[in-house]
Amino acid sequence: MSDEKEISEQTGTSAVVNHAESSVMGFTDKDCPSLKELKKTAMTVRRHIINMIAEAESGHPGGSLSAVEIVSSLYFKVLRHRPLEPGWPDRDRFILSKGHAAPLLYAVLAESGYLPVEELATLRKFGSRLQGHTDSTRLPGVECSSGSLGQGLSFGIGVALAGRLNNKDYRVFVLMGGGECDEGQVWEAAMAAAHYGLDNLVGVIDHNELQIDGLNREIMNIEPLADKWRAFGWEVVEIDGHDFVQILDAFENAKQTKGQPTMVIARTVKGKGVSFMENRVEFHGKAPNRDQAAKALEELDREAKCLN
Amino acid sequence: MSELASTREAYGKTLVELGGQYPHLVVLDADLSQSTMTHYFAKHFPDRFFNCGVAEQNMMGIAAGLASSGKIVFASTFAVFATARCFDQLRMSIAQPSLNVKVVATHGGLSVGADGFSHQAIEDVSLACSLPGFTVVVPADAAEAERVVRLAAETHGPFYIRLSRPVTPQVPHNGQGFVLGRATTLQDGSDVTIITNGLMVTRALAAAETLSGQGIECRVLNMATIKPMDEEAVRLAAKETGAIVTVEEHLQQGGMGSRVAQLVVEHHPVPMAFVTVRDVYTHSGTPDELLQEHGLTSSGIEKAVWTVLRKKRS
Repeated sequence: MSDEKEISEQTGTSAVVNHAESSVMGFTDKDCPSLKELKKTAMTVRRHIINMIAEAESGHPGGSLSAVEIVSSLYFKVLRHRPLEPGWPDRDRFILSKGHAAPLLYAVLAESGYLPVEELATLRKFGSRLQGHTDSTRLPGVECSSGSLGQGLSFGIGVALAGRLNNKDYRVFVLMGGGECDEGQVWEAAMAAAHYGLDNLVGVIDHNELQIDGLNREIMNIEPLADKWRAFGWEVVEIDGHDFVQILDAFENAKQTKGQPTMVIARTVKGKGVSFMENRVEFHGKAPNRDQAAKALEELDREAKCLN
Repeated sequence: MSELASTREAYGKTLVELGGQYPHLVVLDADLSQSTMTHYFAKHFPDRFFNCGVAEQNMMGIAAGLASSGKIVFASTFAVFATARCFDQLRMSIAQPSLNVKVVATHGGLSVGADGFSHQAIEDVSLACSLPGFTVVVPADAAEAERVVRLAAETHGPFYIRLSRPVTPQVPHNGQGFVLGRATTLQDGSDVTIITNGLMVTRALAAAETLSGQGIECRVLNMATIKPMDEEAVRLAAKETGAIVTVEEHLQQGGMGSRVAQLVVEHHPVPMAFVTVRDVYTHSGTPDELLQEHGLTSSGIEKAVWTVLRKKRS
C-alpha cells in the first residue's frame, strides 16, 4: 500500500474529528504549547489512562503512566504531524514498540484529534478500534501493530530507510521499555541502525526499572544500558523522563546529531502520578478497581489544580 | 526435459529485471546473498539492497517498516530461517497488517542435502500457510519461479515463495502460463490424480509415465500455489478421477497434501495417499539419498498410486 493510498483510506475514517475542539486546551498543532500547558496535558492524559483501564477492567497502567511526558512531548511539541491526515507521507512517525502502553498512545492520539475523546471508553471492548495492544489496521495514527516485544525498533529502521530512499526528511521515533531490552531482536536492530547510520531514527527507552516479574536488575540485568547503546554506535542521552525540558532538549539534541541514531534513555517511575501505583510492579498489567480509580483521579485532580 | 537451472538462480536474475521496472522495489538479505542469489540485485542496485547480517528477525521487521512506507520488499534467506526463526516477526509485523513483503526462501526441503537437518526446511510450508493473508507458492522450475516472482511483485500483500537449492529440469508446458491460485494440469488422465509441486513434479511425471505403460492413466497437477489453493482443480480431480496422491518435499502435517485433503473431505471424499517427508528429523546425505529414504521417488509415488487404486476399486 502506498502512502498516498493510506491517506485516502484513513482520512475517510477520521473526518468527523475536529482537532481544535477535541483538544482540552484548545491549541492546535500550529501553536506550540507552553511548558505549563504540556504539564496540564500530561495530567489529562493520565486521567484518560486511569479511566480507560478502569472501564476496560484490564490493561497496563504502570508502563502507560511512566511514559506520559515522553509521548506527550512528542505529539504536542516535537512531531510534525496532521491528525486529520494520518497517512500524510511527510509526517514524523511515532512507533510504539512497547505495545502494552496502548492506552497512553490512544489518549494522546485522542487529545491530538485523531479520534474522539469519547471513544477512549471503548478500550479493549469487542469491535473497538482501541485494541488491547496496538493494531495498525484498525486505528489511523497507529503506525504498527505491536504487543510482542522487541519488534518496533526493527520496524522503525525500515521506515527510516524508506525515508532516506524517498528523500523525505521525516524523523522516526520508537518507544521501547526497559524490560523489552531483554529481547535479542532489540540488539540486532541496535547494531543495524548504527550500521546504516540512521540519524533520522530516535529511540526512547522508558526505563522505569520494573518488568512483570520484578526489578530489571533482579529478573535480567540490562545495565550498563547507556554504555551498551554507545558501544553499539548510538548517540546516547540520559534524562529524567518526567522532565519536559530534559525530554525536549534530548529530542533537539537528536536532531543535531548526524551520521548515527540517538537513544534517549529516560529514567522514569512506573505508575507515575498515582501514589499507590508508583514503583509497584503489580500495576504493570492490573486495572485499578472502582475505588482505586476514584482515588487515582482525585490525586491527579489535586496535582492539576496546583498547576493553575 | 530441457536444460537444468535452479529456481533460486531464476529468482536472482528476475529480481534485477524487476528492479529496473519498479523503482520502489527493495531487497533484503541476511548474509546469504551468494546462495539466495540476491547478490545480482545488490550489484545492480546497491542503494536498494540491504544486507541485514545474520539477523533474520530484524530483517523481517525492517522489511515491514519499508513496506509500510510504500516499498515492495523482497526478503531472502534460507527457508528454515525465514519461517521458523522469525515466525513471530512474520506474524505480528508482516502478516497481521498484511504488508507488501515477499519472503523468498531458498534451500527448501530435504534436497538441501549434506548440510543436514538444521538446514533442511521440512516445516516451512506449514508455518507459512498458518498465517492468515499469506500467499504461499512453491515453483517447480526456473520458468515458473520467474513467473511467480513477477506476479508477487505486482500483487499486493505478503508472500512466501519457497525455492530449491538444486538445479532442476524445465518441466514441459509449465511456468509461462502460471496463474496465482490455479493448478497447472501437466497431463490429463482419468484413473487417478497426482497433485504435487516443486522438485517433486519431475518425479511425479516419471511415475505417471511408468504407470501409463501399465495401463494406468494419471492426471498430474502442479499445485504450485498452496495458499490460496485451487479448490476447483481439487474438486474436479476427486470427482473425475476418484483417487488422489499428493507428493511434496515437506512433512505431511500442514503441507500441501493436508490442505488438498481438507478440500477433498469437504467437497468429494475419495481415497487419498500422501507421499511426504516422514515425521522425523533427517540428516546429511545427497538429495537423492535423502529423498529415496522418505520414498520421495517415482517408485514411491507409483506405490502410493497402486494403494489408492486398490481402495478406489474396493
